[in-house]
Amino acid sequence: MDLTALLLSRIQFAFTISFHIIFPAFTIGLAAWLAFLETMSLVTGRAVYRKLFDFWLRIFAIAFGLGVVSGIVMAFQFGTNWSELSRMSGGIQGGLLAYESYTAFALEAAFFGVLMFGRDRVPPWAYWASCVMISLGTNLSSYWILANNSWMQHPVGFTRGADGVFTPTDWVEILFNDVAIKRFVHMILAAYVTTAFCVAATGAWYALRRRRAEEAGTMMRMGLRLAAVLVPLQLLAGHLVGGYVVKHQPSKIAALEGRWHSAQPAGEVLIGWPMPSEGRNAYEIKLPAPVGSLIDSSSTTAREVGILDIPEADRPNVRIVFFTFRIMVGLGLWMLALAWLGAWLGWRHGRLERARWLLWPMFLSFPAGFVATLMGWFTAEVGRQPFVVYGHLRTADALTPQLTTGAVAFTLGLFGVVYAAIFLSGTLYIYRTLRKGPEALRPIRGSATNAKRPLAVPGDGPHPQPAE
Amino acid sequence: MAEFWAYVLGLSLLLYVLLDGFDLGVGILYPFAPDARARDHMMQAISPVWDGNETWLIVAGATLFGAFPAAYAILVGAFHLPVIVMLCGLILRGVAFEFRGRAGERRWLWSASFAAGSYVAAFAQGTAVGAFVQELPVHDGRFVGSQFFWLTPYALLCGVGLVLGYALLGASWLVRKTEGDVRAFGYRTLPWIIGGLAAFLALAGIGVFALHLRIAAQWFERPYLFLFLAAGTAAAALLVWSSLRRRDAWPLPASMAMFCAAFATMVFAVLPYIVPFSVTIPQAAAPESTLRFLFWGAGVVVLPITLIYTAAVYVIFRGKLRITDGDGSVEGADSRRAHPTDPAGGGGATPARSPLGREVTQSAATTTSPVLGLAWLAVAVAVLLGRRP
Ligand code: HDD
Ligand code: HEM
Ligand code: HEM
Repeated sequence: MDLTALLLSRIQFAFTISFHIIFPAFTIGLAAWLAFLETMSLVTGRAVYRKLFDFWLRIFAIAFGLGVVSGIVMAFQFGTNWSELSRMSGGIQGGLLAYESYTAFALEAAFFGVLMFGRDRVPPWAYWASCVMISLGTNLSSYWILANNSWMQHPVGFTRGADGVFTPTDWVEILFNDVAIKRFVHMILAAYVTTAFCVAATGAWYALRRRRAEEAGTMMRMGLRLAAVLVPLQLLAGHLVGGYVVKHQPSKIAALEGRWHSAQPAGEVLIGWPMPSEGRNAYEIKLPAPVGSLIDSSSTTAREVGILDIPEADRPNVRIVFFTFRIMVGLGLWMLALAWLGAWLGWRHGRLERARWLLWPMFLSFPAGFVATLMGWFTAEVGRQPFVVYGHLRTADALTPQLTTGAVAFTLGLFGVVYAAIFLSGTLYIYRTLRKGPEALRPIRGSATNAKRPLAVPGDGPHPQPAE
Repeated sequence: MAEFWAYVLGLSLLLYVLLDGFDLGVGILYPFAPDARARDHMMQAISPVWDGNETWLIVAGATLFGAFPAAYAILVGAFHLPVIVMLCGLILRGVAFEFRGRAGERRWLWSASFAAGSYVAAFAQGTAVGAFVQELPVHDGRFVGSQFFWLTPYALLCGVGLVLGYALLGASWLVRKTEGDVRAFGYRTLPWIIGGLAAFLALAGIGVFALHLRIAAQWFERPYLFLFLAAGTAAAALLVWSSLRRRDAWPLPASMAMFCAAFATMVFAVLPYIVPFSVTIPQAAAPESTLRFLFWGAGVVVLPITLIYTAAVYVIFRGKLRITDGDGSVEGADSRRAHPTDPAGGGGATPARSPLGREVTQSAATTTSPVLGLAWLAVAVAVLLGRRP
């Protein structure tokens, strides 16, 4: 093993998981959105809900397919690149990840087919129930993953033998500790906010092009109102997640706050340019004490740890953590402003459509949720370094021992090429579907090949049929 | 508990090889098809089932990680390159099914990725099996070999062998499920594949003894292995007979039986080891608490659902597929009924409903899947009872 194999493996993991998370972040939200649309359509009987449902179902299908394809890679990467980690913590992580894979299957096997192809074949209530079950299932799937990752962030419920192997002693503690629960809420809200902004942005896009007034208005209003409620909740959840970091991960909190020296009480750095070699921030703008202590520990007198008090070998990359965290929070505030303004304008008929100065930023904000989600994960994961199981196992000791730099460089390049190809084709297809808009599409034909296509990218048939 | 999960692992691996084997095989034969129409038909002949087949790979992977983490760490880590190359092959091949139809001019690109992905995946798997049989250098529960330990002539030979083996399954599937020129193509290729496999088996047999592999010695320590050899030979005879006589229904069960015999030979030659001759099943097993945690959800609930689902798909698509022109998808009999006048439904394959011979052409998987479901139940009950001291 050499150092570059380690670095390249970390990059490879970060690349493949970042690719993966984009799709679940979207599908978790879309599944809930579809369940909501189907409910509204059943309750009110208005045609617009059904039309929107059919439209978003196609997008859901593509995103779901890409999520599954890239997830399968994740399931094997623990072994290919992190075999020492798998050997030692497999008793815990293997169990949790096996549950995630098994759950996703059961879910797809039982309900995904009905959702895609069963509209004409099952009674309406059964169709509705399938929508709800898919939504529940994606949430459940995420819970296993979050429980797994939370165990790596905050290991509990185990004993460790002389050979380094972690043995689970308390599954209830592993599954339901407060860190896992809080982070699950933060992640699920992130997915919902992401989707709400995609829906609203699509509406804004149509409104800008003066097309499909009814669907555009409905999408914007529903998306913005949802975001107006969820974004503040997300900021609260973020604060709670920060609470666990303060309590359990001093090196991460010091890095994301950009706090070099321990202080009691502490101030709060708003922005700056961390200079690790000098142990300070250049161009720093800082709120005075005790604001930092108030935010981190809800106290005016608490002592907050600085990076310089942490042994050099245990520090994460301060710059990355500092900025990714600020981008996430900044985007959260930006989304809050947009959502409140838009929801307020949308209350009265027609005002939102006329406010073209707002439609543009709304349209351009479609990636905001994705970026915030990725930045959040970067904060969490880079901030945990140099440990892979925080406080217990270093990343360098988790690597597959025989890996060579050349081999990892090769697989990383391979992933790069393959993912670029399928990502570009997939997004091109999503883009085309979005551009066509709801009414140009016929409902998905019953001519399904096979309902369950874990490795396929379902969409409409090979020949999309414009109705106009 | 560890035993239960060993059965699940074996079952999912076997199902994977048999089921994904034939659709990878169709991809392997794809470049040799007589014309573009036949190629479309070949893809249609597997499109209802291929992805369900692939599911078993992930079930196997997840089971290995969850129930036997030590073996997962050794095997998946040692096969870093083959595994990742295989995954990329499977991805490229998988998306081709959907992208090909809408790529317009760039259609050839996805056709190529379908065929190339199939070769890459099959070859990588075969190479890994070959290296597995040659034994992995393991010390103290950890892999101690080099990154390229699997790169041996014998392993590469096995890579070729599995490509041929999957091609056999693929051709058998085609003669069973299609009619007309694709069926004829299947029959044309069968003799070549059988010849190639015979040569491979002879070479591999010599190799096993020439290299003094420990697995060769097992033949003498465990004479019952000859039973599998006998069964495999009988199946080969059935295969040759049925392909000479053009009995559409039989080549597939025969070649699947050959695979079962080979699989059983390997498993029973290696048992109780999970990594040949260095790590046993109990040594690799996860802690008892993990195994029990997995059993009550994944084992009792999810596994049966997946099995039943697999069986259901094969029941729906049993019989010959009537394949039509166009790149449309294959339709199940019931979807036909639901859309009798669907104008866009022209391109697709439907199970031909000829009144006679339906039972004869029922897919082997259709008939075996419920049996496997029952077998699973029996195993679950046995394990539950067995836990009582
Ligand atoms: C179940 C575990 C798990 C989960 C759910 C995630 N990660 Fe992770 N991540 C790891 C388990 C992991 C890891 C295996 O533990 C890595 C590999 C090397 C390391 O140190 O941690 C890692 C590294 C890692 C790195 C590199 C950090 C570094 O080496 O400096 C990044 C940027 C991410 N991940 C990003 C993500 C994103 C965007 C995720 C969102 C889905 C995510 N991770 C979820
Ligand atoms: C190392 C981390 C991860 C691994 C090993 C992993 C593994 C997988 C696998 C194997 C699948 C496909 C299952 C199938 O075949 O149906 C999948 C899909 C999925 N994953 Fe992940 N995953 C990881 C991270 C995440 C994260 C962080 C989330 C979200 C919080 C997530 C949410 C989902 C969801 C919702 C699906 C269903 C498919 C979809 O909606 O796109 N995964 N994952
Ligand atoms: C005031 C606003 C926010 C605060 C204070 C905040 C706080 C945090 C903190 C401290 C972490 C690191 C947790 C860890 O290390 O485990 C984190 C992670 C994360 N954040 Fe935020 N966040 C905010 C807004 C947002 C927004 C708007 C989104 C997305 C829409 C988001 C998505 C995420 C995600 C996906 C993660 C990674 C998952 C996790 O570790 O829980 N956050 N957040």
